[in-house]
Amino acid sequence: MDITIAGMLAVDGLTNGAIYALLGLATVMVFAVTRVIFIPQGEFVAFGALTLAMFIDHKVPGTVWLLLIMALVVALQEGVGAVRAGAPFQQALTRAVKPLLIPFMTAGLSIWLAPHELPMWSMVLLSLALVTAMGPLLYRLAYQSLESATPLVLLIVSVGVHFALTGLALLFFGPEGFRNPAFWDERLQIGTVPINGQAVIIFVTALLFIVALWYFFGNTLFGKALRATAVNRNGARLMGISTHTAGQLTFTLAAFIGALSGLLIGPTTTILYDSGFLIGLKGFVAAVIAGLASYPGALVVALGVGLVEAFSSFWASAFKEVIVFALILPALWLRSRHVTDDEEEH
Amino acid sequence: MSRLRRYNLWVVLAVIVLLSLLPLPAFWVAQLNYTGLFALTCLGLVLLTGVAGLTSFGQAAFVGIGAYTAAWCSLNLGWPPTVTLILGVTLTGVSAWVIGRITLRLSGHYLPLATIAWGLSLYYLMGNLEALGKYDGLIGLNSLTLFGHEIGQGRGFFVVSWSLLWVATVALTFLLNSRPGRAIRALKDGRQMAEAMGVDTFGYKVTIFVIAAVLASVAGWLMAYYQRAVNPSAFGLKWGIEYLFMVVVGGAGSLWGAWLGAGVVRVLDEQLQAWLPQLLGMSGSFESIVFGVMLVLILKYRPDGLWSWVQQGLGKTERTRDWDDADVLTQRTKPAMGDVVLDVQKIRKSFGGLVAVNDISFQVRAGQIVGLIGPNGAGKSTTFNLITGTLPLSAGEVYFGGQPVHGLHARDIAKRGLMRTFQHVKMIPEMSVLDNVAIGAHSRSKGEVFSAILRRNRGEEKSIMAEAERQLKRVGLGDWIHEQAANLPMGQQRLMEIARALCADPTLLLLDEPAAGLRYLEKQELMRVLRQLQSEGMSILLVEHDMDLVMDVCETIVVMEFGTYLTQGTPDEVQADPKVRAAYLGTEH
Repeated sequence: MDITIAGMLAVDGLTNGAIYALLGLATVMVFAVTRVIFIPQGEFVAFGALTLAMFIDHKVPGTVWLLLIMALVVALQEGVGAVRAGAPFQQALTRAVKPLLIPFMTAGLSIWLAPHELPMWSMVLLSLALVTAMGPLLYRLAYQSLESATPLVLLIVSVGVHFALTGLALLFFGPEGFRNPAFWDERLQIGTVPINGQAVIIFVTALLFIVALWYFFGNTLFGKALRATAVNRNGARLMGISTHTAGQLTFTLAAFIGALSGLLIGPTTTILYDSGFLIGLKGFVAAVIAGLASYPGALVVALGVGLVEAFSSFWASAFKEVIVFALILPALWLRSRHVTDDEEEH
Repeated sequence: MSRLRRYNLWVVLAVIVLLSLLPLPAFWVAQLNYTGLFALTCLGLVLLTGVAGLTSFGQAAFVGIGAYTAAWCSLNLGWPPTVTLILGVTLTGVSAWVIGRITLRLSGHYLPLATIAWGLSLYYLMGNLEALGKYDGLIGLNSLTLFGHEIGQGRGFFVVSWSLLWVATVALTFLLNSRPGRAIRALKDGRQMAEAMGVDTFGYKVTIFVIAAVLASVAGWLMAYYQRAVNPSAFGLKWGIEYLFMVVVGGAGSLWGAWLGAGVVRVLDEQLQAWLPQLLGMSGSFESIVFGVMLVLILKYRPDGLWSWVQQGLGKTERTRDWDDADVLTQRTKPAMGDVVLDVQKIRKSFGGLVAVNDISFQVRAGQIVGLIGPNGAGKSTTFNLITGTLPLSAGEVYFGGQPVHGLHARDIAKRGLMRTFQHVKMIPEMSVLDNVAIGAHSRSKGEVFSAILRRNRGEEKSIMAEAERQLKRVGLGDWIHEQAANLPMGQQRLMEIARALCADPTLLLLDEPAAGLRYLEKQELMRVLRQLQSEGMSILLVEHDMDLVMDVCETIVVMEFGTYLTQGTPDEVQADPKVRAAYLGTEH
């Protein structure tokens, strides 16, 4: 291996690592606020990339129908819940219609615009909007009524959600894979190492977004409310922070991060309906190694995971997945040596 | 074990024999065969998830180890099935032991995450190794042949696989209904209570993890010969999840839930795979949508799975009282009245900069009830946790019966006869009062997993039950022994905890706020029990807020405030002490 190849592998690893970092941060965030270990994070990645691919083909993306179905079920759930709780019909109707508004507007806009020739940025925005709108709906459907369940039950629910979403992705996007065109075709050169424009875009976007998250959690009221929920749910509730709202907001962010990652990674690899899972899991590996607790930790580990993956694909390409996922075991073992008896009673 | 339950096992065996004689169509024989294979893996998962609270998504990987060992050894070395079974089980057992040692110390959700990771890496490993035929796998195995008989793929296979399933179920039933079984059940709600009863929680976690893996491995061995081929797709994460799904659907709390879940999911899988693609007009594995949604719905509305319905119909069974002739468990030699039992010397605990317990010293003598009181936040419970070894000491020494016990594990201190109760009752709610109390006798008995499975523990089990019943009568719960622990009112749950502690034949009893939340009559009953225990020579250290109770039963009272020692003396002396009044009521300025 010479320096050029090493450089190329490093660039490759770091760009993928940046995506894993985004997804890892989302995993840490969702776990911290809701105690949900969000396995289906990767599904949003596939949804994002495939939605954009459909728009590029002038088709109405399957995400539109999925979003509408989810919104309708949530509306039904809300309406029935309100009637059962004894609310007057008018009020029940309002509560049922409310969750429909944003999904129907986004879906309507998408259906109307899809057949037209659109500039790239508008397709990107529509894709982001469609997938992001699913986040809070998913939280309401699968998790909200189980908020006080143990992390273990929530984890099994997550696996169920992953199963369902993968099947639905196959139904709505079909079995074909897509590779989106690069947002920026430029080829750059640093020393002897070639870097393509897409890598730069991925890296810069991921970094900007991570800084934005940092700002959001450190300096905005919403961000602080989420952090409060993460530290102590009951305390936050007493301060007037709704855990429902916190959960929905977190899932909105998680869906957005997933979709964004999907748009970024779409031009570098072929995405199928079920590709998101593996991509998401690598961010997940980073989050777990960082202890599901530290944002900077997840960021650093994610870049490391990207690098390990890149270099192991050079030396032992068949075993790169084996190596990446096996990384988790020694990390957990190290962590387990610091477990003491007082880590109980939570 | 009750007669009815034992009878149930025989009914199931009779049904298996009957099924093997019926002229079932080949399609249904195949469904039954797969159900048997899956249920075998699910049994282990019930033990892990439902009983002990450890979730694994990686069981499919263990099935894979068993299957690949069988396939590779019989194709390349021509080894017979019996040999490949032994080898496969050994390999799986060792891998599970290693993985278990690495991951089982972690709390809660880290284990399932680790299982996801190894499930994936093992899948890619199987799929990329040249020797294992990469993603195509290994093909061309012979059918299962045992002792010269070809078992084939039909009815014969049904008999073999379901017999194994039945034997495994019987073995696990015996196991769960024994000393190690109660310890395993105690793992579910954290390890504090179990450790305080002298249970080596980590050891049991590794043990059941290995048992579950071995069951999966046997299923894999059967699967290899049944399908006469192996390939990685049956051992990936998707299947790991599906096994867990079966268990959740069937009911993770019962071994029969594994049978039911495996059957229901197998049949559903088959039907959905046939119908959904027709319905939707395209091919693909859409059954995952139904399964995913079902999983979420079941966890929401029927978290105990489908078996809980059957269980309601069957009604509850009571343990038969068969221990009248039981030997008495060995008792420790007790210290003479007035000897120092517990000697606490300058113990200290600091959390970072905060000193929660600051150089506290006191003694408890045999036959004495000592009260430890102080306003909220005085460090009483922390002192308790330091003495019992639940928290490590920052400094100081604790002598129990003249021996140093500082620095020992909670369970080793418990084994020496220092037993405790908890501020918030810790019990196994779904078990009977009698079984809950029997956990207390853990450190006084020896029966382990193998003797339980082979039923060589009957004598000891009888002795344990006799002891548990005796202690329950001692605290006045003799009429409640068959009740489900969760159904007891609070006061009686606390008495049950005392009986559980007494079951260990302790020298010293540590009671953490036993009167918290009790009604007047319940409190009277508790006081009666405490005085009676004292009259029988028991030494008791009591943390309590209820002053009536403390002043009434204690001979000596130690007062703490803000982690420091304030004073000690008789109830009258303490009540008269201005420092104590100031601590509780504030000082006049």
